[in-house]
Amino acid sequence: MDTMAAIRETFFQECEEQLGELEVGLNAMEEGVADSETVNAVFRAVHSIKGGAGAFKLDRLVRFAHTFETSLDLIRAGQLATSPTVMRTMLRSADLLADLVKASRSDHPVDEARVDAQIAELKALSEDVKEAPTEANAGGGGADGLDFQPVLLQLDDFGETEPQAARYAIKLIPAPDLYRKGNETVRLLRELSRMGEFRVECDTRHVPMLDALDPEGAYFGWRVELTTSEDEAAIHELFEFVVDDCELEIVVDRAGPAVAPEASAPAAAEPIAPLVAAPAFVAPVAPAPAEPIEAVAAATATVVEPDKAKVEAAKPDAAASLATIRVDLERVDRLINLVGELVINQAMLSQRVLEAGLARSSSVAAGLGALEQLTREIQEGVMAIRAQPVKPLFQRMSRIVRELTDATGKIVRLRTEGEATEVDRTVIERLADPLTHMIRNAVDHGVERPEVREAAGKPAQGEVKLSAAHRSGRIVIEVSDDGAGINRQRVREIAIKKELIAPDAQLTDGEIDNLLFMPGFSTAQTVSNISGRGVGMDVVKRSIQALGGRITIASRPGHGSIFSMSLPLTLAVLDGMVVKVADQTLVVPLTAIVETLRPKAGDVHALGVNARVISDRGGFAPLIDVGQELGYRRDAADPVGSVVLVVETEVSTRCALVVDAIHDQRQVVIKSLEANYRQVPGIAAATILGDGRVALILDIDTFVARTNRSGAGQESLLAAVG
Amino acid sequence: MSMTILTVDDSRTMRDMLKVALMEAGYRVIQAVDGQHGLEVLEQETPHVIITDINMPKLDGFGFIENVRRDQRYLGIPILVLTTESSPEKKNLARRAGATGWIVKPFDSAKLVDVVRRVAA
Repeated sequence: MDTMAAIRETFFQECEEQLGELEVGLNAMEEGVADSETVNAVFRAVHSIKGGAGAFKLDRLVRFAHTFETSLDLIRAGQLATSPTVMRTMLRSADLLADLVKASRSDHPVDEARVDAQIAELKALSEDVKEAPTEANAGGGGADGLDFQPVLLQLDDFGETEPQAARYAIKLIPAPDLYRKGNETVRLLRELSRMGEFRVECDTRHVPMLDALDPEGAYFGWRVELTTSEDEAAIHELFEFVVDDCELEIVVDRAGPAVAPEASAPAAAEPIAPLVAAPAFVAPVAPAPAEPIEAVAAATATVVEPDKAKVEAAKPDAAASLATIRVDLERVDRLINLVGELVINQAMLSQRVLEAGLARSSSVAAGLGALEQLTREIQEGVMAIRAQPVKPLFQRMSRIVRELTDATGKIVRLRTEGEATEVDRTVIERLADPLTHMIRNAVDHGVERPEVREAAGKPAQGEVKLSAAHRSGRIVIEVSDDGAGINRQRVREIAIKKELIAPDAQLTDGEIDNLLFMPGFSTAQTVSNISGRGVGMDVVKRSIQALGGRITIASRPGHGSIFSMSLPLTLAVLDGMVVKVADQTLVVPLTAIVETLRPKAGDVHALGVNARVISDRGGFAPLIDVGQELGYRRDAADPVGSVVLVVETEVSTRCALVVDAIHDQRQVVIKSLEANYRQVPGIAAATILGDGRVALILDIDTFVARTNRSGAGQESLLAAVG
Repeated sequence: MSMTILTVDDSRTMRDMLKVALMEAGYRVIQAVDGQHGLEVLEQETPHVIITDINMPKLDGFGFIENVRRDQRYLGIPILVLTTESSPEKKNLARRAGATGWIVKPFDSAKLVDVVRRVAA
């Protein structure tokens, strides 16, 4: 059934949200936040998952959620203290719950032993509480003499009633406040009348005098004779909700009047005189009159006209959760693509108008300006559809830290910042692996063991911080730790041993730190089974680069390290500088460009036969002729008279790219070269320009690396990285 | 005219399930995401029956029912609570707050509709 499948999908989405809430709440509790709102939210999250799981018969999930919920309820009731041990059990239970949700969603098997072990652990906590003499269930018990048991009893007592018609004598005397809970004798009688042959008598003897009469009270008693083939349990079920608010007697009368056993309903608070055979009023039939109900409806006639829009306006945040729709990702991507085309078309149009020699002040140009503005807004709006907060991603990391602390014996706390920062969904998805690796590294290699930390005068508990922020059109994600920092001496030794650098290489601290990103590099004394899984920081770096981002390290011995990633907000557009090289148009990503220069003769120096460098900010940057490198021309152009773009590569090394001229600086829509042609080293992608021509987008890092391989470069470090 | 039922539940899954079951039975369904929102929806429209969850943020089911019962405008509207298990304690609390009856989760559609029909005018 399609609807059910859709609701099931909703359920799992909601589970993800609930698991997020759970994690946040438990982390807050672990840090000592114990306000009832937090504890309630945590309880509610598990309770909700259990409720939904029950609806889909996910029994394993229900069973575990139930045990978990029971323990949380004890915390909520203040009977179980949130000690570190208890909180660890709760957090681990949350992890397991997340795994069970995932397994249920994909119908994958789960480790039953792990579930049983966790259930045992939770039960042990609950049992400790039960042994203490607290009134665990006194909360709402029978404080006013209400007890629910009767209903359960009734269902069991009359299990094997034959479907033969039987006659019942039913006596019903409502308690005066029956109506206040929304129950109505008239409806009960209506339901009884539907069950078979029905006769009813009304007893008005209990109606008080007018001055003592509560107009909302129930004063009529009823006596019903019912002949039906339904069993007695069905009759009792009808009275399920009123059994505590009335005196009820149901007598099976198979062979004439028999003395029936006392019905199981408990007596109402005040004793009511037995009904006598002389009724004051006899109602002949049943289909219960509708008047009383309508009277009630009339009493509530202050009905405001339904106005959905008003409801939503009045309740912005609740409305928001109701006013969301789910859309296929494919449709969103199609829209993004179309808007991309629109951007290109709009740019083309602008260019044509410009070429046609229309003045900028002309109405056509003004209209185009407005169109450009609108196009940009549409584009931003569409991009925002794909954007999601990094929160769920960050939440996953706290679990990793937890598991690592269990495995390593280190005490580490994860602090997160900027969880609400939004990024393109694909960026988030593809960040998960590199981020996981970096977090593992921070705990495993960064933070020291407690005794080491204490010896160094630091708190035993280390901290790993994960933050996200928007910075000039990009998202910056940082993973930092307050550990020992990078052991540069050791990094250098390893690099020499692995022949990554020459033994006498002169490297700055930054360059040494960047050696970590070289393929096959591992600083761990022993390859641990935590971060040493055959992937190193080089893989992390490549993943970040593939997303159009870059990663940098900063480290201070004794104080820790910061890994900083700068990523584009979206993968669909790019801010680029459009340049001209040997009659070809190319796009250079703006993020890579540090500055643009028009070199004078004195700035350029020859180095060897082919190579030239340019003096730049007190240093020298190798000059690379883009046209020559890409094969557009045989000989390099004279840098003097050309334009030089100083770019920074991932390893923070500067290069100077020689181009003929700068055309424009604009956003370009990225068209995959791999999908449309094939991968070309040095080229990231292509775009379509305003005039309809295809322009290649340079990939600065691979382009520079490629130059080095072809012998133009001088930097040994660069060559090694390539 | 078909009867209108207000469902108050913070879980989208539950709201969806209630809506599907009730709509298939011919009822019109309006929704609220918590007790507080439920009271606001009631300002706009008076339903024939209310079905509410108990555990909800902002204003829980008990508080919601008490508020509704205090208000003369909503006199006599049947209120059914959704409870996860047939715990007498929860039911009694709900009854004391003024609930008409209860529906035990997980429910099947037929049972849900049957209970609603029983209490509906």
